[in-house]
Amino acid sequence: MSEKKESLFSKKNRKLLKDPLNDNNPVTTQVLGICSALAITVQLKPAIVMALSVLVVLSVANVVVSLMRNLIPSRIRIIVQLVVIATLVILVDQVLKAFVYDVSKELSVFVGLIITNCIIMGRLEAFALGNKPWKSFLDGLGNAFGYGWILIAVAFFRELLGAGTLFGYPVLEKLGLYEMGYENNGMMILPPMALVTVGIIIWIQRMKNRDLIES
Amino acid sequence: MHELVNIFIKSIFIDNMIFAYFLGMCSYLAVSKTVKTSVGMGFAVIFVLGITIPINYLLENYVLKQGALTWLGDSFADVDLSFLSFIMFIAVIASMVQLVEMIVEKISPALYGSLGIFLPLIAVNCAILGGSLFMQERAYNSIVEATVFGLGSGIGWFLAIVAIAAIREKIRYSHVPGPLRGLGITFIITGLMGIAFMSFMGIKL
Repeated sequence: MSEKKESLFSKKNRKLLKDPLNDNNPVTTQVLGICSALAITVQLKPAIVMALSVLVVLSVANVVVSLMRNLIPSRIRIIVQLVVIATLVILVDQVLKAFVYDVSKELSVFVGLIITNCIIMGRLEAFALGNKPWKSFLDGLGNAFGYGWILIAVAFFRELLGAGTLFGYPVLEKLGLYEMGYENNGMMILPPMALVTVGIIIWIQRMKNRDLIES
Repeated sequence: MHELVNIFIKSIFIDNMIFAYFLGMCSYLAVSKTVKTSVGMGFAVIFVLGITIPINYLLENYVLKQGALTWLGDSFADVDLSFLSFIMFIAVIASMVQLVEMIVEKISPALYGSLGIFLPLIAVNCAILGGSLFMQERAYNSIVEATVFGLGSGIGWFLAIVAIAAIREKIRYSHVPGPLRGLGITFIITGLMGIAFMSFMGIKL
């Protein structure tokens, strides 16, 4: 340890945590981890469970790989990373099966697909292999939060507009909108609308921050 | 035979990897800038899905599933290794991709030149692992059915990526609103294509 030890939440470290939430968001800017972001956002509950699972896997994998970064020969690093991730995903999967079985059934193959979620691979390659554990942990947390809020935002709109509920609670019915002639838009539940919702989020984000616009 | 055709059509059009399950979106978005590269990527996916799904089918049915180890003796009849399936599947996929890459390089350098750069990408393509996990979940009856499912899914993915690449090539000359340019419009177009593909829903041969 050097004398001028950086404080745990120095400006640089806070930036690691904050950047992926907006300007460097893994889903809308780095284009990583789209697969699962779209498929499990019909309802809020599975989306939150998925976001938490990714949070655990990403932050722990980042720390583990960062601890091993000087020991891994670069030729076989991909397979080492895959083993670390797959082990963590198996743990998460078993925990989900044990405690929230119905959600685990709903997520079906998508828990397993966290293994090939490019966010995790991408962060391990781009960050954890070259940085100290604490920084990697923050980077993992930041990116997982960035991924999570997109997931939750998409799920919020899809559940609210598609089924008129939030967490299964019939919000719109209680508000009395149906009596005024409002109808649910069944389209929002179908897979294609997830893509359009993410497209609109990207649109809004880039309208606010014009530096992100592609030429 | 009838059943096989049904699985084939279903996996291409109705349960399309991209439009119904969003699998392999990362490479779908990254490699679909020109038709030429997307054709290469599409073929590589068909190829790898067609190889890894039958192998993982054998693994699932003779090693991992509950009671799958009965062929070793009765004492193994209630061993259930299915919790290992993620790590086994991904190991098979990673090693098969490596093997295929080496074989293609040896046998056909021309094919390697056009396909080679995409093969390493495929190991972490969700469509491949997703294919194996769907195979496990749907419990196909025979290895032939599983193979047909694998090829069908690959062809479905191929169709999707070539179609979006063609559209993206054309759209370069249109006036897309600034913030939507690139990624945003690709998402929305994919959504519209997905709606079009939904018209296949309910087809049964």
